[in-house]
Amino acid sequence: ERSNLAGVRHILLVLSGKGGVGKSTISTQLALVLRHSGKKVGILDVDLCGPSIPRMFRVQDNNVHQCDSGWVPVFVDQDKSISLMSIGFLLEKPDDAVVWRGPKKNALIKQFVADVAWGDLDFLIVDTPPGTSDEHISTVEALRPYKPLGAILVTTPQAVAVGDVRRELTFCKKTGLRVLGIVENMSGFVCPHCSECTNIFSKGGGEELAKHTGVPFLGCVPLDPQLSQSLEEGRDFIQEFPKSSAFPALVHIAQQISDGTSQWSS
Amino acid sequence: QVALLDIDICGPSIPKMMGLEGEQVHQSGSGWSPVYVEENLGVMSVGFLLSSPDDAVIWRGPKKNGLIKQFLRDVDWGEIDYLIVDTPPGTSDEHLSIVQYLSAAHIDGAVIITTPQEVSLQDVRKEINFCHKVKLPVIGVVENMSGFVCPKCKNESQIFPPTTGGAEKMCQNLNVSLLGKVPLDPQIGKSCDKGQSFLSEAPDSPATLSYRNIIQRIQEYCDQHHFQKEKII
Repeated sequence: ERSNLAGVRHILLVLSGKGGVGKSTISTQLALVLRHSGKKVGILDVDLCGPSIPRMFRVQDNNVHQCDSGWVPVFVDQDKSISLMSIGFLLEKPDDAVVWRGPKKNALIKQFVADVAWGDLDFLIVDTPPGTSDEHISTVEALRPYKPLGAILVTTPQAVAVGDVRRELTFCKKTGLRVLGIVENMSGFVCPHCSECTNIFSKGGGEELAKHTGVPFLGCVPLDPQLSQSLEEGRDFIQEFPKSSAFPALVHIAQQISDGTSQWSS
Repeated sequence: QVALLDIDICGPSIPKMMGLEGEQVHQSGSGWSPVYVEENLGVMSVGFLLSSPDDAVIWRGPKKNGLIKQFLRDVDWGEIDYLIVDTPPGTSDEHLSIVQYLSAAHIDGAVIITTPQEVSLQDVRKEINFCHKVKLPVIGVVENMSGFVCPKCKNESQIFPPTTGGAEKMCQNLNVSLLGKVPLDPQIGKSCDKGQSFLSEAPDSPATLSYRNIIQRIQEYCDQHHFQKEKII
């Protein structure tokens, strides 16, 4: 019997040691850039306590249906080029808290990895909660037979964030997960009124960490109110705001991932 | 006399922020000694138990719960006025355990932090529901990263836009207090990275004023609460 992941060409995880640095943001924007370059992308959201992905595509009110091979992922639009799975679709009410200990979380993650009928995808992006605990251990274990490409690590520039991301790098090393690169998010803010750049969350920590640990640096993404607004409204930032400050960096990150697949797969 | 307990086992940030990186925990006859920032401020974190900044704590729930229990049972805090517990994001093992283990000691309540945008609020509503579920009183909500004033032109930008009314609207809807809003200030991150007190380094920052007001409101809540409790007794 063909596994539900048999048609998925590349699997990559988006990780961070720290909360609130923009993992879900980077996951969604990566999916959008890849979609615009003609790829079919799925996003598996394994943040069970704080599932952000559905709202970022304006499909938070959708439900999940079953088919013969398992759960049908939620398509973002008629195009069917981006599909999603998240606990967000399984909640009765959007404010319902998922107050589960590890074992229950682990069981759902195993199901999410095995039972979603993704069909054929070029990329499956796995968005994770912050940390190095149940969700991460279970996800990596469940994905191991399918040989994921690796992980993108997201940090903000300041040392307090980088301090946690160093630990995430250790997690990757210990679990045999290749690190595709580090993204330094929220890296500088250009005032829309006067164009002055302020490093609100400091600058350079992510790049330094990449250099220090010999891991590829994928780029700096600046704070961009239009990006935040797009995420709020579930709009396609890549389509609608190509001139906005975060656009070039996001496209560059996706390009490096796309270009890297041939070398990493072999 | 204040105790700060960091139960973010996977991402312990408190040691660095308090300028205590590299410190170790000492054992004595009466248990584990907290690491002191000042005579009246003691700190405990898994960060002090790790030998390298690269060490990852790759533990499933039960092991994390075990350490949290130890922190509460074995740390010799002495007599303290306030025990502040910093938690990781989520509504899982750490949160259930700390509420369970502290139930006999009586928790005054929870302060909940959010940023203004709906992507954050949607998770915070869940956190508030968690508090209701486990009968943890909500002291109030703090809206962090609430606006940024450009140091050059002084115009304000909503970097994390409150598209659904921010914490203010959410608090109204859920009938919880909004304790205050803290604006973005690059000095905050800098001070935390250096392990210095932002309140001391930038006493005139609008963020400092916000923090102080919020802290005052928390103290007032706790004082009122105690007074009521004593009345009952």
